[in-house]
Amino acid sequence: MKQRFTIPMPARYGINIGLLVLFLIVGNLIVGGNLLPRAHSNNVIQVGFFIILAVSLNLSTGYLGQLPLGHAGFMAVGAYAGAIFWRSGLLPSEASLVVGLLLAGVVAAIFGVLIGIPALRLKGDYLAIITLGFGEIIRVLINNLPAITGGAQGLLGIPRYSTFLVVYICVILTCGAIHMLMKSRHGRAILSIRENEIAAESCGIKTTYYKVLAFAASAFFAGVAGALFAGNLGILVPGDFDFMASINILMIVVLGGMGSMAGSVIAAAILTSLPVVMQPLAQYRMIIYALLLILVMIFKPSGLLGTYDFSLSRVIERLVRRITAGRIKEKGAK
Amino acid sequence: MELKRDPRAPMIPERDRDKRPALECVGLGIDFGGLTAVDDFNITIAPTEICGLIGPNGAGKTTIFNLLTKVYRPTRGSIYLDGKDTKSMNTTQANRAGLARTFQNIRLFKELSVLDNVLVGLHNEMDYRVAGALFRLPGYWRAERIAKGRAKELLSIFGMEGMAYHKAGSLPYGSQRRLEIVRALATNPAVLLLDEPAAGMNPAETDDLMHNIKKIQETFQIAIVLIEHDMQLVMGICEGVAVLNYGRLIAKGTPAEIQSNPKVIEAYLGTGGGGDDAAS
Repeated sequence: MKQRFTIPMPARYGINIGLLVLFLIVGNLIVGGNLLPRAHSNNVIQVGFFIILAVSLNLSTGYLGQLPLGHAGFMAVGAYAGAIFWRSGLLPSEASLVVGLLLAGVVAAIFGVLIGIPALRLKGDYLAIITLGFGEIIRVLINNLPAITGGAQGLLGIPRYSTFLVVYICVILTCGAIHMLMKSRHGRAILSIRENEIAAESCGIKTTYYKVLAFAASAFFAGVAGALFAGNLGILVPGDFDFMASINILMIVVLGGMGSMAGSVIAAAILTSLPVVMQPLAQYRMIIYALLLILVMIFKPSGLLGTYDFSLSRVIERLVRRITAGRIKEKGAK
Repeated sequence: MELKRDPRAPMIPERDRDKRPALECVGLGIDFGGLTAVDDFNITIAPTEICGLIGPNGAGKTTIFNLLTKVYRPTRGSIYLDGKDTKSMNTTQANRAGLARTFQNIRLFKELSVLDNVLVGLHNEMDYRVAGALFRLPGYWRAERIAKGRAKELLSIFGMEGMAYHKAGSLPYGSQRRLEIVRALATNPAVLLLDEPAAGMNPAETDDLMHNIKKIQETFQIAIVLIEHDMQLVMGICEGVAVLNYGRLIAKGTPAEIQSNPKVIEAYLGTGGGGDDAAS
């Protein structure tokens, strides 16, 4: 068999790290260099936590194949956990930032496990309804615990930790972690459940364990995104985490393509930027959203990218292969 | 517990005479509501035996596979795997205890590559944890490398290593059936259950499959139970055959005995002439 050109593993990591650093520099220039109006540069940060939300929801919808509708609930839990910790000022600011983010993720993940164990026994619509209920319960609870959460008046004076750099690092860590998880035996187990649960069980996969694992990981990152959200605005109101918020995140995932991380990232960027870019058309936002969704469902029901995942290394490999193949042909012609 | 082998069991091959059976069913039965799908099913499968399970449509063959792999809970009776009662096991645990199967209506992971399908089968052969995957620890690389090599080795049984990166759902029907067998083998079973492995294959492919099943039994030294309607395949490789009708075992024996058994002929062809029946 002919040896195909492939880039060795260490070089692949090198290429990816190079790409990430490039993004970081460009992003920092845009946000820090005041090249954009303030609303736009804050939008870049918002794109960041919507990427985290979409990529984490993609883990339980696209990869695990379930349909939870309460992602904003996990986001809320993380947001309040992080915000309350940050406001307490127990630690100096850098340490506080890191611990707060982790705490937000862990608390959300605990809720994920608690909801996941009973909810994941159900399928399809039933799971959707249970998680929808959970999201609403969380919102109502927050509304009615003013002593801890500030209630309907909101939680004020949250330290504004969510700079571009912080959000960017969280985005990279989230995407990296989910990618590493999915390209392993654990990820394959999660995918096999989506593909065929009975066959997965017959292959010795502990389906309940992997469902709860995927669900909890999904909740963890939603919690982190929630904390970043809190640290960006400096104020939290329960209304931020209503049913529509969950639907918005789901829409990003569906548009981008269930099961495609690159799709989630691109769709998050587009859908979060649209309202800002089209400020003059602000009141038509929902109409445009709906139209966009309808068009994608008609012309590309699997989402913008389907289940395709982008890999720069693969693109380079293809290019090199094409070039070398051209050369071989030329030689043959002579 | 001490398991006694049915002394009349003629199916046990000479080489397995003094070994503990790989799989044993005692009085197995299941009711769906008022309907008894399987009743009083007894069978002993020797550690390296190839056994055929045949019977007319709706006789309960696939139901028995579903009982063995715990997709259904038996209403009555017990299943012993290498002497261990499987009463408290679920499907996952039954697989880990050494029972692997294929499905009559193919159940591949269609959107995954051929290689990934086999790697899911090798899931429990790898031992790194979630942290090992997240931080790409040395254990991850080692386990993945070994598993990939093993997967390709298994695929080469059916000459499928060239398709490793194709989507499983895009394979032709026959290859999908073969891939299911490879995936089942990857879980390192002691007993392999094949549900109509030759369905949809042409005679040449069936012949090929027959040799490969024999090869699998010889290389891996495992027991194979197969449900099949292709009598040429059943009579060609099975050392023992069990015949099922209306959920009951009506005959057990070597292929030659089964072919001349009047009960079997009756089940498949019906009794001769309705008029004679009424008279007698």
